[in-house]
Amino acid sequence: MTPLQHYLALATILFFIGAWGMMARRNIIMVIMCIELMLNAVNISLVAFSNYMPSPVPGRGEVFVFFVFGLSAAEAAVGLGIAIALYRLRERLSVDELDGMKG
Amino acid sequence: MKAAAILIPLLPMTSFIITGLLGKRYFREKSHYLPVAAVAASWLLSMFVIVQVERGETLSWQIYSWIAAGNFNVDVGIQIDQLTAVMLLVVSTVGFMVHVYSIGYMKGDPGYYRFFAYLNLFMFSMYMLVLANNFLLLYVFWEAVGLCSYLLIAFWYPKVSAANAGTKAFLVNRVGDFGFGLGVILIFVTLGTLNYTAVFGHAGDIGTGTLTAITLLLFVGAVGKSAQFPLHVWLPDAMEGPTPVSSLIHAATMVNAGVYMVARSSPLFFESTTTMFIVALVGTFTAIFAASIALVQNDIKKVLAYSTVSQLGFMFAALGVGAWVAGLFHLVAHGFFKGLLFLASGSVIHALGGEQDMRNMGGLKNKIKITYWTFIIGALAIAGFPGLAGFFSKDAILEQVFLGGYWYFWIVAITTSFMTAFYMFRLIFMTFHGEPRDLKAFGHAHESPRVMWVPLVVLAVPSALIGLALGFPPGAGHIDSFLRPVFEEVLGAEHHFGLLEGGLMAFSALIGIVGILAAWRMYVIRPDLPVKTGARFQGAYRVLLNKYWIDEIYFALIINPVRALSRGLWRFVDINIIDGFVNGSALFFRGVGNLFRPAHSGKVQSYLFTMFLGLLVLLAAYWILTL
Repeated sequence: MTPLQHYLALATILFFIGAWGMMARRNIIMVIMCIELMLNAVNISLVAFSNYMPSPVPGRGEVFVFFVFGLSAAEAAVGLGIAIALYRLRERLSVDELDGMKG
Repeated sequence: MKAAAILIPLLPMTSFIITGLLGKRYFREKSHYLPVAAVAASWLLSMFVIVQVERGETLSWQIYSWIAAGNFNVDVGIQIDQLTAVMLLVVSTVGFMVHVYSIGYMKGDPGYYRFFAYLNLFMFSMYMLVLANNFLLLYVFWEAVGLCSYLLIAFWYPKVSAANAGTKAFLVNRVGDFGFGLGVILIFVTLGTLNYTAVFGHAGDIGTGTLTAITLLLFVGAVGKSAQFPLHVWLPDAMEGPTPVSSLIHAATMVNAGVYMVARSSPLFFESTTTMFIVALVGTFTAIFAASIALVQNDIKKVLAYSTVSQLGFMFAALGVGAWVAGLFHLVAHGFFKGLLFLASGSVIHALGGEQDMRNMGGLKNKIKITYWTFIIGALAIAGFPGLAGFFSKDAILEQVFLGGYWYFWIVAITTSFMTAFYMFRLIFMTFHGEPRDLKAFGHAHESPRVMWVPLVVLAVPSALIGLALGFPPGAGHIDSFLRPVFEEVLGAEHHFGLLEGGLMAFSALIGIVGILAAWRMYVIRPDLPVKTGARFQGAYRVLLNKYWIDEIYFALIINPVRALSRGLWRFVDINIIDGFVNGSALFFRGVGNLFRPAHSGKVQSYLFTMFLGLLVLLAAYWILTL
């Protein structure tokens, strides 16, 4: 059986890739995708922990994952909707140009 | 009686609210329906109340507790006694007639609805002023009538002179009201109550010094409101308002509030001989002072305004020598005939299309007959022509001043009497007799519509007859017995009408007639005389024409120094220190804000990066601390 550390290492790598992409990418679609990546990294760690619990109760950790799925689906729908609206308005999708809140 | 008493003020109040809110949009040129109906109903109710009082019924009614804070208790209450009834008679009758008259006078004015709304508000305040049963309520409505006066003087506010006159009236009254307010506070501090009955019941317990202070402060209020010297300056300027307002507020009702208040507080004033003497002195001086100015004025309304100031002086002279009933009798008579005179002068102004300068009038006698004859009745009444209202009321004052031993006041008053007859008939002869001086205006002159001349005729009746009805026989007329219960403690024994009194009466009647004849000689028989006299006594003429330069003195002594001081405070203290502090603190915070401004780039990703870094720092700190 694959040790827990391997799963966690994968989750950590995925999470940081997502975090880096979210901060560094300029295209708003890519930013949304990176958020999905981070969420899924967390999902992996949750499933792994669930499986390695001393007396695993089936489905305990997986339930979290399903909630996160539902949430991320909704978030993606809203986020992509905003992206489309922005594109119609400005014909750009670069996050750098969205600095209307500049103080 | 309770229902009538509460409805008398409430009807005009309701009408004020409705007309004020809906008049502009919905009633427009029909705005007078409701106000006139409300005032007519109040008049009927007032008559009912007066009849009840006549039968001996009085009312003292605490409606509700207004302020109850520790020792400070003030009720809203109504008190109706003979004094209130006398005031109601004048206020309701003149008020009703002025409302009717205004329908014609104000016709077509863009502020028609506003005018009637204000008039109703005034009626409400004036009714409450005379119905109140304690000093605080009196003070509140004292201020309320002052507000209405201000609003109505400045009714044509786009005119700069009208707006200024309103402000002047308000400010000068503030001086008096400040004194009045202090007087009320001093009463409360001394006695712990403001209720009339309670205060007057303890009048004897107050020390002489305190009592003199209280009464003098109250009298300062009366001097302001009733336009006595030295606070008389606002009343002549108040003539900028529409003429019905001058008639109602500045001749017949509001300016009497001071006389009413002193009469109401008679138990207090009676105890202080100092104050009484000052009241008589100020009254007598104002009487001759204002009458002398009225001798040379050329604006028809200004003559009447100074005449009002002078007649109010007569009333105070009466109160000051203890002739309480005579003072109030003159108040009633004056209310009617001066209200009439103002309305009639409004009719003249209306006929000439707004002309107020008597030098441009003349010869109107046959053009506007009703106005002319009612004017004659009013003028004869004020001049003290035998049989008319002023004859009985003014002679009652003169007689009691003389019998009270104040012969020096009597000489001044009888001189004033002569002047009164003279300037009133100078006004009549300049306006109605002789040759028309402005032919264009004369050609267009026409009698006022019926809605305006009927009130003149109605008011001419009491101007002619109220003296006989209330004041005959002299000293023992109906008004003497009617008002006796109010002044029971402060009136001396009734005195008999003897040879001396008859002689005094005949003498003052004679003086009045001589005044009329003198005016006849100067302005009808020898129209060249006034100019010659003016040239001969040029110094005196200029002093009178410029009203003793009182306004100029106030400007030099008070207004300009205060203005200069204010300007200095503005230029130096306000702009440099106050503004400097405020702007300085703003600048400080702007600088601090600028320091942190770059952090808010508006770029979400840079925020995210900062958060991420922050998280890492926190984790690192946690790791180091738990190591």
